[in-house]
Amino acid sequence: MSTVLTRRRALGAAASAAVGLAAGRALTAPAPAFAAAAHQGTAPEAFDEIYQGRRIQGGPSGGGHHGAGHHGGHGGDYAVRVDGEELHVMRNADGTWISVINHYEPLATPRAVARAAVRELQGAPLVPLTLA
Amino acid sequence: MTVRKNQAQLTAAEKRGFVAAVLELKRTGRYDTFVTTHNAFIMSDTDSGDRVGHRSPSFLPWHRRFLLEFERALQAVDPSVALPYWDWTVDRTPRASLWAPDFLGGTGRARDGQVMDGPFARSADRWTVSVRVDGRDFLRRALGAGGRQLPTRAEVDAVLAMETYDMPPWNSASDGFRNHLEGWRGANLHNRVHVWVGGQMATGVSPNDPVFWMHHAFIDKLWADWQARHPRSPYLPTAGTPDVVDLNDTMRPWNDVTPADMLDHTRHYTYDTAA
Repeated sequence: MSTVLTRRRALGAAASAAVGLAAGRALTAPAPAFAAAAHQGTAPEAFDEIYQGRRIQGGPSGGGHHGAGHHGGHGGDYAVRVDGEELHVMRNADGTWISVINHYEPLATPRAVARAAVRELQGAPLVPLTLA
Repeated sequence: MTVRKNQAQLTAAEKRGFVAAVLELKRTGRYDTFVTTHNAFIMSDTDSGDRVGHRSPSFLPWHRRFLLEFERALQAVDPSVALPYWDWTVDRTPRASLWAPDFLGGTGRARDGQVMDGPFARSADRWTVSVRVDGRDFLRRALGAGGRQLPTRAEVDAVLAMETYDMPPWNSASDGFRNHLEGWRGANLHNRVHVWVGGQMATGVSPNDPVFWMHHAFIDKLWADWQARHPRSPYLPTAGTPDVVDLNDTMRPWNDVTPADMLDHTRHYTYDTAA
């Protein structure tokens, strides 16, 4: 059977220098991604809806949900969840968004990214990165 | 010397050799370490922060080294194997021999996207998708779904004509050759091919599909073609750029290789055509 790791632990195993550095920065000062997102202003609105039978939510990630921890260095200050499980999302320089499920096709908003992930998942659960 | 060939020109024996070596890396667990590394960089490379593998000037040298590591792993299994490249401007439909059952297998079925034929089908029990972002452990594809089209030769040529390697702000917003090849701007070459294949290829764990290597081998060849066309255009930036890998900076995760070390592919392999 496969062992379920948190995404953060998996990242640490694979690219410890990079991710460790990013996480370390987040503890002491705003990481570059976070600071830049703040400078861009206009954080996208929060949302919470049922889309094709799945609950999708988006909003600031600092509010105590499990997503807050691993967003400091790379995801900015916004988190998206599908049925409660975090979907890793990222904001591009032009303001568009991608997720780890649709990584190569930017969309206008986090909600559009969450909906695209639901369509792509075809009912499958989003899970933390798993390693054999 | 390793010669990387167009996948369409491979003999049946060469296809069998490549597939067998890939399956052996999968069996030993080595294959999945490449998937894990790629996804770690996908998730940590950001436009406004540290960026190495993607959305940055080092996209090309980083993937050149990544493919070299994979090719060396294949050759440790079978020294006769080289990475083939997929010229998607020519072999641009799901009917291409690339997708036949004796090579990579075809597109996924409608119900769940599952690839049902070829050596990487889940039913053959030699290709379980273990490093994944959702619950599905089978290889998926949706070749050309929704009427999507692969880039044309004319679109490639227009990008190859760009003289400047890369430009500030050195990310997904940049003008210049690298970002147009990567596809965050303009006609969209590399990114669009990931989306055309669909399934895991559209995700951060895209190396779960063996076509990943052939796609990137062709992107790598286009870099070599661009260098041949613009011999006086250097890798940029050269020094002192925050969050970005300059010409002589080392690249994670290896920390022993710089973009400068990766500029000349002929130290490691050649292509079956003159650049």
